[in-house]
Amino acid sequence: MVSVIKVEGVGRDFTVRKKVGRLRRNAFVVTAVTDLSFVVQRGEMVGYIGPNGAGKSTTIKMLTGILVPSTGELTVAGLTPSVERTELARKIGVVFGQRTTLWWDLPLRDSFELLRRIYRVPDPRFRTNMRTFSDLLDLGPLLDTPVRQLSLGQRMRGDIAAALLHDPEVVYLDEPTIGLDVVSKSNLRDFLRETNRERGTTVLLTTHDLDDIEQICSRVMVIDHGRLVYDGGLTGLHQLGGARRTLVVDLVEPAAALELPGAETVRVEGPRQWLSFPADASAAPLIADIAERHEVADLSIREPDIEAVIKQLYTNTSAWSSPPPFVE
Amino acid sequence: MASSLSAVGWNIRAYLLLARMWIRVSMTYRASFVTLTVGQFFITGLDYVGIAIMFSNVDTLAGFSFSEVAFLYGGSALCLGLADLVLGNIERLGTRIRMGTFDVMLVRPVSVFVQMCADEFALRRLGRITQAAGVFAWSITALDIDWTASRVAMLPYLVATGTVIFLAIFTLGAAVQFWTAESSELANAFTYGGSTLAHFPLTIYPREGIKALTFVIPLGFVNWYPSLFILDKPDPLGLPPAIQFAGPIAAALLSVLAAIVWRRGTRRYQSTGS
Ligand SMILES: Nc1ncnc2c1ncn2[C@@H]1O[C@H](COP(=O)(O)OP(=O)(O)O)[C@@H](O)[C@H]1O
Ligand SMILES: [Mg+2]
Repeated sequence: MVSVIKVEGVGRDFTVRKKVGRLRRNAFVVTAVTDLSFVVQRGEMVGYIGPNGAGKSTTIKMLTGILVPSTGELTVAGLTPSVERTELARKIGVVFGQRTTLWWDLPLRDSFELLRRIYRVPDPRFRTNMRTFSDLLDLGPLLDTPVRQLSLGQRMRGDIAAALLHDPEVVYLDEPTIGLDVVSKSNLRDFLRETNRERGTTVLLTTHDLDDIEQICSRVMVIDHGRLVYDGGLTGLHQLGGARRTLVVDLVEPAAALELPGAETVRVEGPRQWLSFPADASAAPLIADIAERHEVADLSIREPDIEAVIKQLYTNTSAWSSPPPFVE
Repeated sequence: MASSLSAVGWNIRAYLLLARMWIRVSMTYRASFVTLTVGQFFITGLDYVGIAIMFSNVDTLAGFSFSEVAFLYGGSALCLGLADLVLGNIERLGTRIRMGTFDVMLVRPVSVFVQMCADEFALRRLGRITQAAGVFAWSITALDIDWTASRVAMLPYLVATGTVIFLAIFTLGAAVQFWTAESSELANAFTYGGSTLAHFPLTIYPREGIKALTFVIPLGFVNWYPSLFILDKPDPLGLPPAIQFAGPIAAALLSVLAAIVWRRGTRRYQSTGS
């Protein structure tokens, strides 16, 4: 495995000036990110989540070279972003959900053409990529429209294509699905998965939409108050949040609420019962127990709602003062 | 060395790419482009009209004739115009920082300085340049002086050093916005305002003013000191004549200062939180 992103003990402070009284301004320091360490391997798709103001965008800005870290070391594709920024720019693609990297006044086609020259994309490669992106992102009908006239979803498709036109090793997407409709979101996820599979592009994506994570990321990093509080797979996240799974059983005959060790019956509706049990426990003994007492017609297990898991996680971690105990 | 040379070459090419793109954008509204260019020609020409009106009442200004003042005006305005054409929109840095669009420039493989210089490159600025060049050319024909080889050689020297000085002042004025991120009014005072000061013989200003325009904001080196040589005028400060040829030194020092401040500014850039 080849590590593409290495972050070691990185922190970033901001000096903020606030007006106090009529003329005086006081400077104080806001710590956006503290002691951040992680490694991302080539071809990984990592979801980076956390509440508003947790430090996600600040992290991405340091990984692109926009911001210089206050402490710690980081390299991306072997380069130090803040020092070798313009060199790194050729190896990364960036999508900011909040603002476009395209030129407002240019038709999409001309923006791409200009990017081709700025990134010095070889002609055949450019044509191949344009064909692929036009296909997958359905850009064809938009190419002659100036960016300012595009809808948010259309613009985002343009931005994503622009970020990938030069075959970057790493793409960062900072809230790419914000404000998109369901169909656009789903197309975008398909496109990212496809790009990752075909080109081995490493993807780091911040989002509020946990569906994004569930559908494309094999790994999640959770940041809260500038600290990494979780780094691992989605399943581990469930356990960490103290989440519970639900076993739904359809009995052949209606029965009184089941009373089983290690589970709690939360709902009964005729022959159907809902049993809640810890996400990290196995369902097998539970099922065996039920089968011993009743005839079972059908069974299904519901995974915990990740939204609830994250909420739980935030409330748990916000109280922490020491370094995060949960890193898988 | 080779790699830094190729970096310079690449950045010049990138500048031309971006500038050409903006020219194409402005040409899609050809009528408005023509109006703006002609408009700039006349509006910037008003300064000159003011000088002409003044000379309909007086024969000389602080010992300078109409054609001599026109020469000073033309030189200053031409240098400003050229610098303005090359990087006039660099003053929008503060706005870009506030809007967060400067971030976008930082992730492109072209120096941000070059990108800011080429930002919304406006060919309509040829309006100012044409007007200034016209006045400058006319004053040269109208001046009653002996055009020796060294005087003739002094003309391109004046335009080159003067333009570099304005380029450096524009850059400094913009770089300060890394700290203030406020409006560009301060920067404008030094560039457009400074150019206006240099329209006139510096002898009309108090001695401290002349000193400031020599040693603090070296606008005197744009057109004043070369003109003392060309027009064969005494130096009101009585400085050694070598100062008339010190323009490149002033321009170089100012450029180095501008480069340092710009670099520091980009390093301390904080982006915006949102
Ligand atoms: N340029 C900045 N200047 C001052 N404070 C900032 C700046 N950028 C971010 N912050 C602060 O740092 C913290 C983290 O912000 P950010 O990284 O944007 O969070 P997120 O993207 O997770 O919502 C917030 O408290 C935010 O107010
Ligand atoms: Mg953010």
